Amino acid sequence: MSGEQKLTTNINLKPTLSAVDLTKIYRSGDLEVHALRGVNFALYPNEMVVLLGASGSGKSTLLNILGGLDLPTSGQVLYGSQNISSASDHELTIFRREHVGFVFQFYNLIPSLTAYENVALVTEIAPHPLSPSDALELVGLHERQHHFPAQLSGGEQQRVAIARAIAKQPDILLCDEPTGALDLQTGVLVLEAIENINKQLGTATAVITHNTVVGGMADRIVNISDGAISGVEINSQRQPAKNLVW
Amino acid sequence: MTPLNKKLFRDLWRLRGQVLAIALVIGSGVATLVMSLSTIEALEATTEAYYQRYRFADVFAQAKRAPNHLSNKISSIPGVQSLQTRITYYATLDIANFEEPAIGQIISIPERGQPLLNQLVLRKGRWISDQNKREVILTEPFAEAHSLDLGDQFAIIMNGHKRPFTVVGIALSPEFIYSIAPGSLLPDDQRFGVMWIGRDILEGAYNLKESFNSLTLSLSYGAEEQTVLNQVDALLEPYGGVSAITRKDQISNWFVMNEIAQQKSMATILPTIFIAVAVFLTNMVLARLIATERTEIGLLKAFGYSSIQIGWQYTKLVIFICLIGVVIGSILGSYFGQLNTVMFATMYRFPILIYQPGPYSFAMGAFISIFAALLGALGAVRRAALLPPAEAMIPPSPPVYSQTASAGNNWYKWLDQPTRIALRQIRRWPIRSFMTTCGIALALGLIIMNMQWSDSLKHLSKVYFYDAQRQDVMVGLHEAEAKRAIHDLAHLPGVIRAEPMRFVSVDFKSGPVTHRGVINAILPESELYHIYDDASQTSIKLPTGGLVIATKLAEKLAVKTGDSIWVEVLEGRRPKVLLPVVSTFETYIGTPAFMDLNAVNRLLKEQPSFQYANLLIDDYNKTDLFKYLKNTPVVSAVMLKESALLAFDQTIIEHLMVFITMFSGLAVLLAFGVTYNSTRIALSERGRELATLRVLGFSKGEISYVLLGEVMFLIVLSLPLGCLFGWLLVWTMAASFDTEMFRIPLIIHASTYGYAILLVLIAAAISAAVVRRRVDKLDLIRVLKTRE
Repeated sequence: MSGEQKLTTNINLKPTLSAVDLTKIYRSGDLEVHALRGVNFALYPNEMVVLLGASGSGKSTLLNILGGLDLPTSGQVLYGSQNISSASDHELTIFRREHVGFVFQFYNLIPSLTAYENVALVTEIAPHPLSPSDALELVGLHERQHHFPAQLSGGEQQRVAIARAIAKQPDILLCDEPTGALDLQTGVLVLEAIENINKQLGTATAVITHNTVVGGMADRIVNISDGAISGVEINSQRQPAKNLVW
Repeated sequence: MTPLNKKLFRDLWRLRGQVLAIALVIGSGVATLVMSLSTIEALEATTEAYYQRYRFADVFAQAKRAPNHLSNKISSIPGVQSLQTRITYYATLDIANFEEPAIGQIISIPERGQPLLNQLVLRKGRWISDQNKREVILTEPFAEAHSLDLGDQFAIIMNGHKRPFTVVGIALSPEFIYSIAPGSLLPDDQRFGVMWIGRDILEGAYNLKESFNSLTLSLSYGAEEQTVLNQVDALLEPYGGVSAITRKDQISNWFVMNEIAQQKSMATILPTIFIAVAVFLTNMVLARLIATERTEIGLLKAFGYSSIQIGWQYTKLVIFICLIGVVIGSILGSYFGQLNTVMFATMYRFPILIYQPGPYSFAMGAFISIFAALLGALGAVRRAALLPPAEAMIPPSPPVYSQTASAGNNWYKWLDQPTRIALRQIRRWPIRSFMTTCGIALALGLIIMNMQWSDSLKHLSKVYFYDAQRQDVMVGLHEAEAKRAIHDLAHLPGVIRAEPMRFVSVDFKSGPVTHRGVINAILPESELYHIYDDASQTSIKLPTGGLVIATKLAEKLAVKTGDSIWVEVLEGRRPKVLLPVVSTFETYIGTPAFMDLNAVNRLLKEQPSFQYANLLIDDYNKTDLFKYLKNTPVVSAVMLKESALLAFDQTIIEHLMVFITMFSGLAVLLAFGVTYNSTRIALSERGRELATLRVLGFSKGEISYVLLGEVMFLIVLSLPLGCLFGWLLVWTMAASFDTEMFRIPLIIHASTYGYAILLVLIAAAISAAVVRRRVDKLDLIRVLKTRE
């Protein structure tokens, strides 16, 4: 892969988060699995990136390392001047608490808390949060804020998860297959919510998917296969999420 | 091995922490059961063997002076197998370097060898010879207490004459496994001992040539005990006979049997509680385990496994866990049982010890625990077996938490989210939470119950030895003395106050019930030895006529205040009178009856007299007084309250401490088992939730709070409940220990609650620490990537 710089859309800006020569090797017994093989990647402010790849391509591993959930075998992840890849457990906790929002395929809401409380879970520990109501407003769920997860549809649960992820006003929003468990209609609603956040709050957003159509809403599409970046496409014109069809 | 069995063993291994915790709880139940059952077995077998080998008599009778030829008539009573006449007396002893007077029970033995009945176990030395007549065989405990060895000498005051004796043998006797001085409650080897002397010497010393004053019989199998007793009584009556008794009422045997009975009541209550907790635990764990295995169960069914096969799979799991528990419990139980038996054997000095726990106790332990655990698992196994495959394959819908539940609670607003999670979790699973709370509460209750024993007994000894008895010394006289003799005692050196007293052996009769007991005859103005109501902790005034009896005795005779009972005096002219019960009183020990000494004397048609005196003494002059009493021929016994109290502390309290430690330890294990299982299961159920929180930026400490917070709240709830359980258990235990000998007062000190709570908290903290280590190792990515 040639230099990362020329692939960016905003070369004048400093990246919010950058990864340098990341490798990740999982060992199980004698078996070594190279999940990442020297990945260079940067995420810039206001940017929306879609990471496309088949199952097992290493995209989730990349996202987990970027979000401080996992540590690389070698290479660096830089958040400003902070090297996340050599941070302590406590530093990683603080990093996640203050700067990163996560959205997962399976929502992972706390069943015993209402939508509002699930969001409040984060706002209570973050330094500059939105109010839980405002965060839910952003994903269009203000009306249902006092419902428990069991009383919400899958799409609604995912939007609560997005509200929870962005309520801390993170610098980075990482979404792992956010529509993977949803049908087209609700999937689009969820993507709209992500798009909305990215535009309104300017949060640097990375979305993992195996669905090529989703790439349409990105500034940049990064293809990953076999643990390495296999190609980058830049969209001159982002498509609104509501126009996406698959 | 079939794949299902492989799965079974891997499941057992995967759940090893929980499996071990449940097994430990089941094990504690089995251990208590095996311990109690094997101790009972061992005690019964040992006493039986001891009695048989040394020919313990079946019937015991006393007389004043009966001619030897009477024994022929008694031998010919149908049912009598063998007979041994003898002479026995209480005498004061004078032992060098022992200031206080000690009492000996002297029993005659044939010079030429073992008596026919109640044979001695000669531990050391030899039999008395008929050459040198001043020889004595001592009981081992007494000899040890005074460091008396073969060849040592001491004096016995016989019938007013002081005679030196040489120790030639040291022995034990089945008749005195439990040897206590007349009027005492507990053995005191320093101040009371049994000793055997040649018959000739005693005949001479007590003027009983060709006569006897004690008789023992053995009966042939199937003999009519009561008929024999009646005939013996009839034959002895002209010679001052006191009603004959059977083994059942023989004091030493009675104590030993009482001990076995106590073990039996222990064998029912404690294991029941432990096993009940084990049942609840298996139910809890299995129900939650099956919930996490829904998909696998569905899959197995989809492959074609039947409901029965699935049910059997989980039944096997329960049986395996039980078997581990049974093995642990059997090892612990037989170890404790042996410890316990050895302790009894040492205390009672059994010359033989049979501890061979039969298959019965282990089989019983295994059967009860497996049966109980299967009962506990029944619901969960049934649910697993009946789960429709299609439904099982779908992950369970997220648990529904209701809005209405929290809507009304404004205080919820003040709680942070982790606390809300913990509280909602409890509210969402009220039954499960309640069961966990109950489990911890039961463990706490058990600890309280075991630890409060010393509270009760200390209270009992305070009331019995200080409040009810204010005398320092009780002096017994050989014969009843005229009332004025009390003034002589009052003027002895160091005596501040002296009060006369008398014990009269009687049969109380009311309807079909007969109770053999003693009337304590005191003066209405008695202050030292008085009627003391242990419940209200006040003295009761002695009426001039009629009886004041213990409520326990009133209960046995089925009489109440105002009723009359027949009193048959068993000595002197043996009058029989109808006496009114003037009032009743509570007492923790024995079933005493009180009556005015003057009234008793009138009843016996005797001059005002007394046979015992209670003395309040000045500690400073104690030595002089003891020296004087030791050398006073009329004094047959001196009982010091202080030494009785010491004996009580040593025998009962020390013995009990072993039990308290053992059972409290098992109960702490229980508390650990319950908390560990609850948190461990919560962790496996909620790993995903906790991982999510970690991803959201919560620290390890904070998510531990979410997990352990729930258990913490339950523990807080369980503490008052546990104290209540403890109180109830103590109450139950006290009720089941309500024997004629003892009533256990229901006393639980605040500090006992405190220590018990502390132990539970420590157990909980340890289990929390173990689970916390797992929380720290939570694999964030793996948990989040998997479907619910």
